[in-house]
Amino acid sequence: MVQNIIDVRNLSKSFDISSKEPGLKGTIKHFFRRQTKSLKVIKDISFEIKEGEIVGFLGANGAGKTTILKMLCGLIYPSEGSILVSGYLPFRRKENFLKNITLIMGQKQQLIWDLPPIESFYLNASIYDLDKFEAKKRIKKLSEMLEIDEELFIPVRKLSLGQRMKSELLAALIHQPNILFLDEPTLGLDINAQRNLRKFLQKYNEETNATICLTSHYMKDITSLCKRVICVHEGAISYDGKLDLLLKKLSPVKEILIVCRSEEDAIKLENSGFSVKNKIKNEITIKIENNSITSSLKTILNNFDIEDLFINEPPIDEVIGKVLIKKDYDI
Amino acid sequence: MSLRKYLKVYKKFLHTSLASELEYKTNILVDLITAILSLVGSIFLLSIFFQNSGYIGGWKFEQALIIQAIYTILNGITNTWFNPNLTEIVKHIREGTLDFVLLKPIDSQFFISLKKINPSGFLEIMLGFLLLFFCIRINQINLNLSFLTLSLITISCSICILYSLWFFISTTTIWFVKTWNAIEVLRSFLYIGRFPLSSFSFSLRIFFSVFIPIAFITTIPSEVFLGLSVFWKILLEIIVATIFLINSRKFWLFALKFYSSASS
Repeated sequence: MVQNIIDVRNLSKSFDISSKEPGLKGTIKHFFRRQTKSLKVIKDISFEIKEGEIVGFLGANGAGKTTILKMLCGLIYPSEGSILVSGYLPFRRKENFLKNITLIMGQKQQLIWDLPPIESFYLNASIYDLDKFEAKKRIKKLSEMLEIDEELFIPVRKLSLGQRMKSELLAALIHQPNILFLDEPTLGLDINAQRNLRKFLQKYNEETNATICLTSHYMKDITSLCKRVICVHEGAISYDGKLDLLLKKLSPVKEILIVCRSEEDAIKLENSGFSVKNKIKNEITIKIENNSITSSLKTILNNFDIEDLFINEPPIDEVIGKVLIKKDYDI
Repeated sequence: MSLRKYLKVYKKFLHTSLASELEYKTNILVDLITAILSLVGSIFLLSIFFQNSGYIGGWKFEQALIIQAIYTILNGITNTWFNPNLTEIVKHIREGTLDFVLLKPIDSQFFISLKKINPSGFLEIMLGFLLLFFCIRINQINLNLSFLTLSLITISCSICILYSLWFFISTTTIWFVKTWNAIEVLRSFLYIGRFPLSSFSFSLRIFFSVFIPIAFITTIPSEVFLGLSVFWKILLEIIVATIFLINSRKFWLFALKFYSSASS
């Protein structure tokens, strides 16, 4: 039986946030009498993650995804509740715990700016107590997986964002962590670089059985890597379960564009009881529920003179977008 | 905590920061020239103070030069280690890159205090030592083992006090986010350390000994060099340095509980 590697119970986090009124008056008032209020950014959440799972955290900006990741890796103290990661209390940041995890942030970097990435790798290797031989072996293996070679010897400041991100990944994985916390790792990358990074993460997970917790605003990252998603809405979990179940729930119908041989056929189809989205000349778009697609298409093909038809999946971004604004999904 | 591992990491710190700095040759050259000009300027300023009267606070010019030498060594240490690292803490906290430090299996205070090095500060340390050897000659100081041990102890204590003060201020960034001004105030107070403590009024002496022990930092080691030191003062400096060092550590660990990281 696969064990839980992350166990979160009734976790909450509050921050003291100060607010400022606009204008000079507001600035002066803010300087002399700063008004702070306690804001509960994470509200009583509980979940478990099994070893080897890849879990995507979905939510709008400010929903609390990054705060959850930072509490899981021990950067932020929780206000209430308990967290166990790999059997450790993360915020104690014990050496063995830190050797087991890594955090990669798409918008922050740890590589030494003026030096080639290889220097940062060897520095990290010494921090993780790896000897030179072992470090060299791991750098070689990871650089092959990430398909980087010459870039290792070029100063970081001269690398492209994609090359830099690959190097960041290598620096963060040199100690072979079991748990990866990835906060928007593909941020700002072009489509090819995003795809390569996803491919790498998939491979890393398959080869090492590492657990991956991922946040991303690129839906492709989530759909191609995560079977399970945890949706966070205003600090609370609105859905925790399989991604495909969520998608089915959120888009129970498919849109079918039917090109009829004549406009008369299109009119006949329009009046035949199907839910019609729109009709332009001989082209008609209808909505059919997922569970009756086969029978409905059979009926249409048997009774109407059809030239062509297209089944359109609703855009994933649009579907997931619904999650970001809804409080609860009971599936 | 294995000492071998920390030495290995520090060797890497030295290597990477030297390599980073050497990427900018002109910058190093400018820093070196600045260090020389700064020392010449300081000695010139000191000589002006001594022009009218041969003594300030009971110290002759040749004796006051020892303070200048110790100040130069400490300033060199400041520029070599404290300035590049401790001012970076503010940046780490503001930009949230402290996250990477805290997630490394290494002591975070060690990491942020020693990761960088500014090689041009070495010249200042060397100039300070040259001036010190010159002062030893002109003041006809007799070098012996107890004298060298006491000098080493008091200078080490001075370094600890200076480091702790700077680190303490930088740590407050966790709450106040921006503390550049406080560090600038500390740097300007450091200039006070170029003059003998006894040259100040009683109230200022108390202030610079108790509240901000800047004068302590240079005066007591200088007194050791001149054979003017008394045991209780050396003991006091050791106690102050220990208290400062322990508290800076405790304060850092306490402050980390309030670290909220920067938003992404």
